[in-house]
Amino acid sequence: MIFTIACKELKTLFASPLAWTLLALMQLVLAWVFLGRLDAFLEIQSQLVQIANPPGVTEIIVAPAFAMAAVVLLMATPLLTMRLIAEERRNHTMTFLISAPISMTDIVLGKFLGLMIFFCSVIVLVAVLSLSLLAGGTLDVGLLLSNVAGLLLICACFASLGLYISCLTAQPAIAAAGTLGALLGLWVVDIAVDDADSIMRNFSLLKHYESFNRGLIDTFDLAYFALFILTFLVLAIRRLDGERLRG
Amino acid sequence: MNEQIASATISARGLCRNFGNHAAVCEINLELKRGEVLGFLGPNGAGKTTTMRMLTGNLAPSAGSVEICGIDLLDRPRDAKARIGYLPETPPLYRELTVDEYLRLAARLHRVGNANLHSALAEAKQRCGLNDVGRRLIGSLSKGYQQRVGIAQAIIHNPDVVILDEPTVGLDPNQMREIRTLIRELGAERSVILSTHILPEVESVCDRVQIMHQGHMVFNDSIAGLKQRQTSLEEVFAQLTLDKESSGDIQPKSGSWTG
Repeated sequence: MIFTIACKELKTLFASPLAWTLLALMQLVLAWVFLGRLDAFLEIQSQLVQIANPPGVTEIIVAPAFAMAAVVLLMATPLLTMRLIAEERRNHTMTFLISAPISMTDIVLGKFLGLMIFFCSVIVLVAVLSLSLLAGGTLDVGLLLSNVAGLLLICACFASLGLYISCLTAQPAIAAAGTLGALLGLWVVDIAVDDADSIMRNFSLLKHYESFNRGLIDTFDLAYFALFILTFLVLAIRRLDGERLRG
Repeated sequence: MNEQIASATISARGLCRNFGNHAAVCEINLELKRGEVLGFLGPNGAGKTTTMRMLTGNLAPSAGSVEICGIDLLDRPRDAKARIGYLPETPPLYRELTVDEYLRLAARLHRVGNANLHSALAEAKQRCGLNDVGRRLIGSLSKGYQQRVGIAQAIIHNPDVVILDEPTVGLDPNQMREIRTLIRELGAERSVILSTHILPEVESVCDRVQIMHQGHMVFNDSIAGLKQRQTSLEEVFAQLTLDKESSGDIQPKSGSWTG
């Protein structure tokens, strides 16, 4: 049942121009960043040779491209998550799903999975962009994989938070604005804090992504992402269940 | 007695629903046998849609129980819901899907196996007259066709109980007649609950009629019984629903309604 809903999500998503526009624009932005970094690398390449342990092409080109990808996806998420529940409510199609013999958990997980498959297609595009460097040299595959894993996890965080906020309202625009606000808030939450080991720092989403970006897979980050995803998925399920009770 | 229980497809007892302090539905009892069409009447705001949402598991009742073919809707929602087909007031259609895609999705969600999917789709389309529009986008269809897709969605999994909330609103007279014929056909082998404001529709299609007013069930009789007493449904409806309203918060308009 989860797959049926995920399939339906993808079908309706790709039936609208939204998905294609987003994919094209994201690819354009990321290719631009990628090319910019490539240019910079070629310029400093001769100086790099003189350093004892120079940073490789993966560190200089791929990692920044993935860092940018996270920001771009953060901006795109609200547009995608607002459709999940809020728009179904506004179009009166939520009844169709609730009347079917499936649980709220199926609905929430199906929608989450559908969105994650879409995000995966974005991640694959970024990965392919990075792999194109193989034409001229070698890549640090470990660093690339760590970046892919980090991007996948942070996308799952975006999706679960967006899905929850989408459950709170019947207005897609409010769901989108709320999600954007919450995600931006979680991104910049550490900026105002001067103290290096302040607890607030631990709440910043991109802070945890940064270590993946550097090729460092820390169990603390993994636990943070897992808890984040789980919390908002459970909240979304509870919210939909509660709505049936409260009306 | 046992036989009676076995043949009852839907039975609701003491159904209540409060929204805050406001009791939208109060102590509704409802029982339907296979092959029966129930006309569900009431003025706007009487609680019809709320009751239907409770019967289909879209809303949890504050008190009372619902059984579909002997399966408790609250205890085993999945099994019970698989036996219900529901068309809400606004047909829940995905405008960006084609009719075939949408009906296939409805069938899958209602656990129609892959082996039966094709025949279920063909039959639902045949019954609702959708054979020519299978490949069209739902968003491009006229209101009448959209309504039919809504009905097809409610019957594709061959449910025992079909619940239709105002299915003929916005249709032209020919389409209305077609839909009524379809409802009568459906009623031959399953139970149908039909909510509507069109009284002649109830008289021509339904076997039994229940009238709701301000959250209470105020009338429950068979159409044949009405005919025997030689009262028209319209009279009964006006008597039961106008009367209470005028004695409540509106000035009594005429004395003839009281008593």
